[in-house]
Amino acid sequence: MNFTKTLLATTALTVVAGGAFAQEMANSMTIVSWGGAYQNSQQKAYSEPYVAMHPEVSVTWDESSNEAVAKLRAMNEAGNITWDLVDVVAADAIRLCDEGLAMEYDPEELLAPGDDGSSAADDFGDLIVSDCYIPQIVYSTTFGYRTDMVPEGVEPPSQICDVFDLDKYPGKRALEKRPINNMEWALLCDGVAKDEVYDVLETAAGQDQALAKLDTIKDSVIWWSAGADTPQLLADGEVFMGSTYNGRLYSVIEEQNQPVAMMWDAQVFDLDGWIIPTGLPEDRLARVKDFVKYATDTKRLADQANYISYGPARASSAPLVPEDMKQHMPTDPANAENTFLYNYSFWADYRDDIDAKFQSWLAQ
Amino acid sequence: MSDVILTDIKKKPLSFTLPVVGAAGAFAGLFVGTAQGSGLLGIVIGGLLLAAIAYLVIEVLNHTQERKAKYGILALFLLAGYLFGGLPGLVVGGLFGWFFSWFVYWVGEGRYRAKLPPYLTSGQVLWHFSFRVLCGAIFVFLITPILVVMPLSFNAENFFTFTPEMLHFDPAGYSLRHYRNFFNSNEWQSALKNSLMIAPAATILSVSFGTLAAIGLSQPHVPFRRAIMAILISPMIVPLIISAAGMYFFYSRIGLQGTYLGVILAHAALGIPFVIITVTATLVGFDRSLTRAAANMGANPVTTFFRVQMPLILPGVISGGLFAFITSFDEVVVVLFVGSANQQTLPWQMFTGLREQISPTILAVATILVGVSICLLTVVEILRRRSERLRGMSPG
Repeated sequence: MNFTKTLLATTALTVVAGGAFAQEMANSMTIVSWGGAYQNSQQKAYSEPYVAMHPEVSVTWDESSNEAVAKLRAMNEAGNITWDLVDVVAADAIRLCDEGLAMEYDPEELLAPGDDGSSAADDFGDLIVSDCYIPQIVYSTTFGYRTDMVPEGVEPPSQICDVFDLDKYPGKRALEKRPINNMEWALLCDGVAKDEVYDVLETAAGQDQALAKLDTIKDSVIWWSAGADTPQLLADGEVFMGSTYNGRLYSVIEEQNQPVAMMWDAQVFDLDGWIIPTGLPEDRLARVKDFVKYATDTKRLADQANYISYGPARASSAPLVPEDMKQHMPTDPANAENTFLYNYSFWADYRDDIDAKFQSWLAQ
Repeated sequence: MSDVILTDIKKKPLSFTLPVVGAAGAFAGLFVGTAQGSGLLGIVIGGLLLAAIAYLVIEVLNHTQERKAKYGILALFLLAGYLFGGLPGLVVGGLFGWFFSWFVYWVGEGRYRAKLPPYLTSGQVLWHFSFRVLCGAIFVFLITPILVVMPLSFNAENFFTFTPEMLHFDPAGYSLRHYRNFFNSNEWQSALKNSLMIAPAATILSVSFGTLAAIGLSQPHVPFRRAIMAILISPMIVPLIISAAGMYFFYSRIGLQGTYLGVILAHAALGIPFVIITVTATLVGFDRSLTRAAANMGANPVTTFFRVQMPLILPGVISGGLFAFITSFDEVVVVLFVGSANQQTLPWQMFTGLREQISPTILAVATILVGVSICLLTVVEILRRRSERLRGMSPG
């Protein structure tokens, strides 16, 4: 009897220990991201060094972040999760977390502490905007303009309200085909103080006011929906100025040598990061956790800034960003004089209403 | 019949020649003028200029000096084009000059009637030519988007833009970098590999099943032939997105989603209708007494099929197979659903690339694919003619 008990206990212990120490890890991972220069920077900074350390692992990249929410829903319904790690913007992460499609995690357990000794939760700080969200970078949506299309004898545009000034800066503008950011900018240039923007935008009158302001330039706007659109329009000379992600503009200016310059005024910060889908089998989950711990440590996040001008989400990574890249960072003090942070709670509450209004205004 | 002159031609009165040539000139002037900033001015100048040229050439010089006059017009347009727009203008001017030097005489000397029957009214003559112009315009409308892609794929820039260097035919504006990028990039090469693996496999499946189904359905004694045929052809008629969503959920349940086999089966289902239709069409001309004769001589059905029937319907089988191949090779919707990132095919890679990073590598790939498609369609056409000739339907 006693012997049997001991035997059972040791067996159980071995199983537990085996599970804990030699946890089976899957050798392939499908990571979903945005493609383009951004995905490239992730491959260089995260997956290539990781695979160099673990040659048995093969990583497949899927450029489907744009439709990540819809696809994860379909996968969940079909009971067949084929993605291991998904790169999404914060707003999508919040939605996925609410729907139970993204896994909640404990920062102290999943993420490495900062190189400066701070705990992971402190190091990321407020940027962990959802219990499921593992932030990687801070990017901003801001304007670029063609330097050769500035009218003669006029200062190049530098204020957000120059976008709305057709007399001084005639020409087409590219704006994103959604109300977010555009509504804020419109109100800001219609005399609303910056800290009152969201109070005004809550009201129907405030929404009409923003649309009325946008109406003044509507005929000169080309609406974009993918991050690649504005760079193409700027390179073509189809538009004089246009909003897009700051990393895209960096690539147009520094890598493609187009006559384009940045306008940092009233840039809107947003986050990009990972979520782990719920319902992964044990071995795949173990592999993803191992990868995430490595890919979000202080050094890896700082290294990504070598390849693209997005700011690392960890405070401890900031000092490690290379000097020549700092000036292109949206978070650089010279660029961040007047900034917004994407207001997740406001847009979570009002997005559907304002979207409908915006779309019907677009169709008029 | 090309050299036969059906109607005597005679010189047209100026009251006809000048307005017609002037109108053509105004039409051309509209484009040149719009490109230079003022369409209206272009219409006026183009109309007047061409009317003046027509008067000069037809009335003053007449057709004895035709050759000299033609070269004169060509030189005039070349010079004007060069002054207006440099090297690209020279090319455009040359094209205009070549066309109008011919057009002026064609209209002015009444040559357009030469190959038409003499009893046609002027209304019928007008319709005869406007019909051809309309057809040409539709052709241009269909083919231009494809043609524009080709020079852009040799762009030296990383954008979909005709740079000033390209428009000046400066060699520095052109490069093969996007083609190099296609052949050197892992993503594109693995996409190409996937496409080259999935498409032939799907083709073999569709051809085997499609041919068997077509032969079976052509037997008069098979019950519910029409219903079965309709079901087999349905993937061609049902909107692709619906088939794709259905396949996604079904394949997920049975573990085929995200596997090569799944994508191949899905593409085979899309390709089968093409094979059934082309093979059924060839079977219409197939003489059934041949199979009976073969059976009479002791051949079993399998031998009969491979030795007698197959060689005769082969052109239909091959052209059906080519359509099935192109369907799979060009397909993006179903593979987005049924495949996973490991089965990323060329069209998928192009689709995501186009959305996330507008890179001319996509154009380079598109140009290559257009070339491949043209080759395949040429093969289909040659086979079709051969089959018609063999069946005595055309003199060949």
